[in-house]
Amino acid sequence: MTKKNVPPPVEEIDANIISDDPWDGLKCFTDARIALGRSGVSLPLRESLSFRLDHARARDAVHSPFQAEELIRELETDGLECLELHSAVSSRDEYLTRPDKGRCLSEKSKARLKEYPHKGFDICLAVSDGLSSRAVHENAAPFINTFAETLASTSLTLSPVNVVRNGRVAVADEVGQLLGARLSVILIGERPGLSSPDSMGIYLTWTPQPGTTDEARNCISNIRKAGLSVPEAVRKLAYLIEEAFRIQGSGVELKDRMGDNYLPFGREPASLTQV
Amino acid sequence: MAKATPLRSGDVLAGVAATSEEERVRAQMELADVPLTRFLNECVIPYEEDEITRLIIDTHDENAFSPVRSFTVGQLRDWLLTEEADSETLAALAPGLTPEMVAAASKLMRLQDLILVASKCRVVTRFRNTIGLPGTFSVRLQPNHPTDDLKGIAASTLDGLCYGCGDAVIGINPATDSLDNIVRISEILDDLIARYDIPTQTCVLTHVTTTMEAIERGAPVDLCFQSIAGTERANASFGVNLPLLQEALEATRSLARGTLGDNVMYFETGQGSALSAGAHHGVDQQTIEARAYAVARRFDPLLVNTVVGFIGPEYLFNGKQIIRAGLEDHFCGKLLGLPMGVDVCYTNHAEADQDDMDALLTLLGSAGCTYIMGVPGADDIMLNYQSTSFHDAAYLRRLMGLRPAPEFEAWLRSAGVLDETGKLRPMQPGNGLLALPDAIQ
Repeated sequence: MTKKNVPPPVEEIDANIISDDPWDGLKCFTDARIALGRSGVSLPLRESLSFRLDHARARDAVHSPFQAEELIRELETDGLECLELHSAVSSRDEYLTRPDKGRCLSEKSKARLKEYPHKGFDICLAVSDGLSSRAVHENAAPFINTFAETLASTSLTLSPVNVVRNGRVAVADEVGQLLGARLSVILIGERPGLSSPDSMGIYLTWTPQPGTTDEARNCISNIRKAGLSVPEAVRKLAYLIEEAFRIQGSGVELKDRMGDNYLPFGREPASLTQV
Repeated sequence: MAKATPLRSGDVLAGVAATSEEERVRAQMELADVPLTRFLNECVIPYEEDEITRLIIDTHDENAFSPVRSFTVGQLRDWLLTEEADSETLAALAPGLTPEMVAAASKLMRLQDLILVASKCRVVTRFRNTIGLPGTFSVRLQPNHPTDDLKGIAASTLDGLCYGCGDAVIGINPATDSLDNIVRISEILDDLIARYDIPTQTCVLTHVTTTMEAIERGAPVDLCFQSIAGTERANASFGVNLPLLQEALEATRSLARGTLGDNVMYFETGQGSALSAGAHHGVDQQTIEARAYAVARRFDPLLVNTVVGFIGPEYLFNGKQIIRAGLEDHFCGKLLGLPMGVDVCYTNHAEADQDDMDALLTLLGSAGCTYIMGVPGADDIMLNYQSTSFHDAAYLRRLMGLRPAPEFEAWLRSAGVLDETGKLRPMQPGNGLLALPDAIQ
């Protein structure tokens, strides 16, 4: 027997591949993705995947179908009348590329509002998926319930909840006008950030009508679990509504000077104290 | 022009795009036969109506234009690709070209044409270092923070410096534009680069009028920033016009803070901004974008970058459109003589992801792009969009053998960030740079 050729031993590679950055203590000062370390000069896989997960969540928030029926069922169970409406957009891709169409109602939805027997509300309420259906799924129903309850203690009249698929903020101008409302409020999914895919915004417009521009609106943004809470957002909206009726206007002329002790419409409904 | 433009959502939204693929190519064939002189005689936006048209026509250099005077758009494209069109020739030609000529040529070009021609253009600018030299590639360090927390800003600044970034500028987008805040951030950035003797410049990206107020208050302003667009009306929506920009240039230059040069302006642009302001005059968004470069070059900027994917999918729908637009903007800017960088970026509602950004980044590296943004982990937590990271910059430098601006590179070596061969060194825990955020109380 001949002796086999034994290859020279190959040294095992150190499994400590990532160069860590010795300034990770600074992470307490910012949520920015600092001190990520590197593989060579490149991003370590754990960071690459963590970024990809956040992006996936934000994408899902944009593209998940709006569960409008579920929202309507939930609100109707709570005794709120709802109207299901569509913008003039025919698909989600069209929604993303044609903001002009997202600002108008479809012909059918327009007709539905025109035929609606009651007109002339103080406040017209609309809700739309906007750029994050997830934001609306998670935040709209609790918000609307609390808001409706708060408003019930006042003499202000509220429209049915107009649930609009594929709407932009300005779609509430047309809805409000067709229902003869003095003021319109729309809850809408905001453009999702990498760390905030679930953020809902609210826009308020005095004497809504198509063609209204953004400087005539007031906005409350970042309503989500890790952001502005529902009770706090309702309090803010109540303040803006009171001010809008007082000055008969909205937008740049309506300044947010809400004090810490402000009580919506002078009262404190039980639900507002729950956090 | 609009119908000859490769498909993008913004032109469809504006109702100016070709309605079929064939119509688009036929429009390109027609455009190829248009003589360049026609752009001097027929303006896409009337001379009487728009100060940028007047700027373009009134400052056109006939003498520089004379070598290509007889060309059609198609001939310009063909000639740009020849060896005769070298760096010196292109630099001499730049004042003779108008944005419309350059935009028209770009519409006929494939990506490799845009890359090859841009890679031949040399534009060098100076403030405290030298940007745009052959073989270099710079980075704007963008340490934004949602509440402008100074410690948070310093932490991200340190992160970027340790990855060799910040030679183009250390530039903050402030969360609030109050004068006090602008002055406060300017002072702290100035203090940081003075303390560590870093040969770079700082900028707080606010409106020119706010920067001018900050200058009056005695703030240490290196660069004056402004977003600009390619029509007078779009600029009006940004609250600026040419005389105001001239005033801002003079105010900033009066501080004489540059040690190597007096390029003090920093401009950002982006396809779609005129349309979103309803100020596009029926012109396609890429031609309007090129017209913004005529505004920029009037003021000898240190830096200009397009923020290519920021504005959203209604203007550039997907990765393919963003990549093409980024290369077009870089090509047009360079050919017109600008120190052109690109904010390679996208939003979460665009059909794009990190793979698209890698593709654009690498193509821009081949095209000789002057600089990109460096954002920690590519995630801007203040502006809520994804740009390029410090790691991305290090990747491109390693892949293509590119180096930082020479003065900054020397500093990086002395600070222990780079080794003798220009590679990133592991940061030693005792390195004095790591104490940078401690300087902030």
